[in-house]
Amino acid sequence: GRGRGRGRGQMTFNVEAVGIGKGDALPPPTLQPSPLFPALERRAAPLPGGEEGEYMLALKQELRRAMRGLPYFVKPGAPRRDIERYSDKYQLSSPVDSAIDWNPDWRRLPRELKIRVRRVERTAPLIPKQHVALDKEETIKKLESLEKKEEEVTSEEEEEKEEEEEGKEEEEEEYDEEEHEEETDYVLSYFDNGESFGPDSDDNGDEAVY
Amino acid sequence: MTQAELRLCSLLLQEHFGEIVEKVGNSLLRTGPRPLRLLVGDTGLLPDQVKKALCVLIQHNLVRYEVQPRGSVEYEARSERILRILRYPRYIYTAKTLYGDPGELLVEELLLHGHLSMSCAVARVADRLTETMEDGKTMDYSEVSSTFVRLADTHFIQRCPMVPESPRSAKAPPPPAPALAIAEKDMYAVPRLSLVGKGKRRHSCDEEEEGEHKAKRQKQEGGTSETPPDDGIYWQVNLERFHQHFRDQALVSAVASRMDQTSSEVVRTMLRMSEVTTASGASHTQPLSSNEIFRSLPAGYNIGKQVLDQYLALLADDPLEFVGKSGDSGGGTYTVKVTWGPRASWAPPSPLQNPSLIPLLLHRFGSRCARIFRLLLRKKHLEQKQVEDFAMIPAKEAKDMLYRMLSENLVSLQEIPKTPDHAPSRTFYLYTVNVMAAARMLLHRCYKSVANLMERRQHEMRENKRLLEKSQRVEAILASMQATGAEAAQLHEVEEMITGPERQQLETLKRNVNKIDASENQVDETIFVLESFIESTMKKP
Repeated sequence: GRGRGRGRGQMTFNVEAVGIGKGDALPPPTLQPSPLFPALERRAAPLPGGEEGEYMLALKQELRRAMRGLPYFVKPGAPRRDIERYSDKYQLSSPVDSAIDWNPDWRRLPRELKIRVRRVERTAPLIPKQHVALDKEETIKKLESLEKKEEEVTSEEEEEKEEEEEGKEEEEEEYDEEEHEEETDYVLSYFDNGESFGPDSDDNGDEAVY
Repeated sequence: MTQAELRLCSLLLQEHFGEIVEKVGNSLLRTGPRPLRLLVGDTGLLPDQVKKALCVLIQHNLVRYEVQPRGSVEYEARSERILRILRYPRYIYTAKTLYGDPGELLVEELLLHGHLSMSCAVARVADRLTETMEDGKTMDYSEVSSTFVRLADTHFIQRCPMVPESPRSAKAPPPPAPALAIAEKDMYAVPRLSLVGKGKRRHSCDEEEEGEHKAKRQKQEGGTSETPPDDGIYWQVNLERFHQHFRDQALVSAVASRMDQTSSEVVRTMLRMSEVTTASGASHTQPLSSNEIFRSLPAGYNIGKQVLDQYLALLADDPLEFVGKSGDSGGGTYTVKVTWGPRASWAPPSPLQNPSLIPLLLHRFGSRCARIFRLLLRKKHLEQKQVEDFAMIPAKEAKDMLYRMLSENLVSLQEIPKTPDHAPSRTFYLYTVNVMAAARMLLHRCYKSVANLMERRQHEMRENKRLLEKSQRVEAILASMQATGAEAAQLHEVEEMITGPERQQLETLKRNVNKIDASENQVDETIFVLESFIESTMKKP
């Protein structure tokens, strides 16, 4: 029948067959999307504990942490500052976007993916200076190892944290980078560009501020 | 790819490889295979960043490339492989139970790096094991090598496809991308290497001379780039084999919970014998004669031959069809059915949980819904009235539950018309369970759950970021102070820097994060069962 508005919504089939009896109240129409956090009708069963579960949990967290430190974790390069600052020259170089920190087997990859790294420091004039540089590097290394014995909180702590973590070979590479990319006699980490100066760096007791 | 899968892949990539790789992976997943320049345009990243990301993804087998006829190279993301990242802890743990610490670390290194050569992997693992040993002891390469060989022999690791060795003629330009291929017979062939050496212990940098020696040695090692003997031969983890192992475990525990320990041992033995002979998509193992089974039973089980035959007959007769009899030679040949039947698949992974999987999931709707569902599974088609009668649930409740399950696509209505005009009053409406649809729906829900869990966990970490950083700083100070032998009073003073309420907050955070992580692992187990079931059902001819 046409039943517009007459009686409750008439359907093409016999509603009793589906189970809606005469006079049963139908649920109200849904006017909005379902709630984001629907009410929990019954609590979830407790998680199975046990040695296996504990071990896998530890593995999972360990894996997550380890992968962050591997070179496969691609970090964006340092954002360009609006003003070029003097300290930029002496900052510990952040990962250059165009550098790839590990050595893939280029034979297995398409040729177009090979990134040519242009290291600014590695220009020809540097070669004759190498034996002079070597001495400097040894002194620098000695200074650095001495310095590691002193307690410095801010920049040293990252290196120390890395030492504590097992299985990190990137530390050796970082050590290398420090030697190679320095051109000055000064240890880079002594330089404080004043950015950490502020109310939340009270524990910067003996930071050298020139 | 459903939205839920996309979202989960996104989160996994971001958590393990960073945002740049996530953006690249996302673009590939959403828009399909494309060449490099389109990718750069899509993601808005620098070309070098995109190249780096692609290298990482290819290294980990998450993206594959293909040279198109016109010369460009197209990259395609492998979504199902990305989702496997969730299962890494389970693979590593399984390797540990089967092959001990060297096995565990080998699989871990291979998973962390995507693929490695044998010499590299063995060296790394030996170093790591040496670190954990007592002072003065080192791990010999030979032990790690032998574990490596065992892993390869049982197919848990396999060789990666190799670069073709054909010499390139000077005239033809080199192809834009190598066509990697590997023959079936080579996949598990371990190269003959004589890896001699011991693990190196990393010395702490306090000792100056050691530091200098190390730097010198580093320079030497960096300088000499002698090609290792197994250059070009890389190994990766064979995930399919691990899945086969998980499935076997589930089967054995299902038999154990249905029958007894001994029958489960028999099935386990049969599965072990056919580990490497069963093709990955097969529905049954190769036939095994009962004599062979008798010989291969583990040493502890000295049951008589007749008893074994009785067990095999019992297993073959069981309606769940774990074992089938395929012939009579050699005292009777038997096979194990290794696909997931709709009822057998709902067997729990661990023998402690008795209720089967689907009704367990239905606990969300209530145990009565679970009862109705199990009933429909067994009886296939039932009318509304019959459901109420068989399940012994009052009509109103039964109706309500059926409609809710219907709205979630767990059950469906089947019309059987009595008359050709399909008049509703003269049609049977039967409720039935469409197992595949139900499984798919649940799987989709699982993906959504894991994505939600991960987001919540990241949210918790972000909220407490300041506190976490502070506690890390304090720990670093404490560690360095202890290394130089500070007094207890000073240490105590530093510890006090974290106040009581803050400590409590950290405790709560740790507990929550642990709970969420454990839940993610748990949901992944369910994902595995559902995915295997769907895959094996779809493969049936």
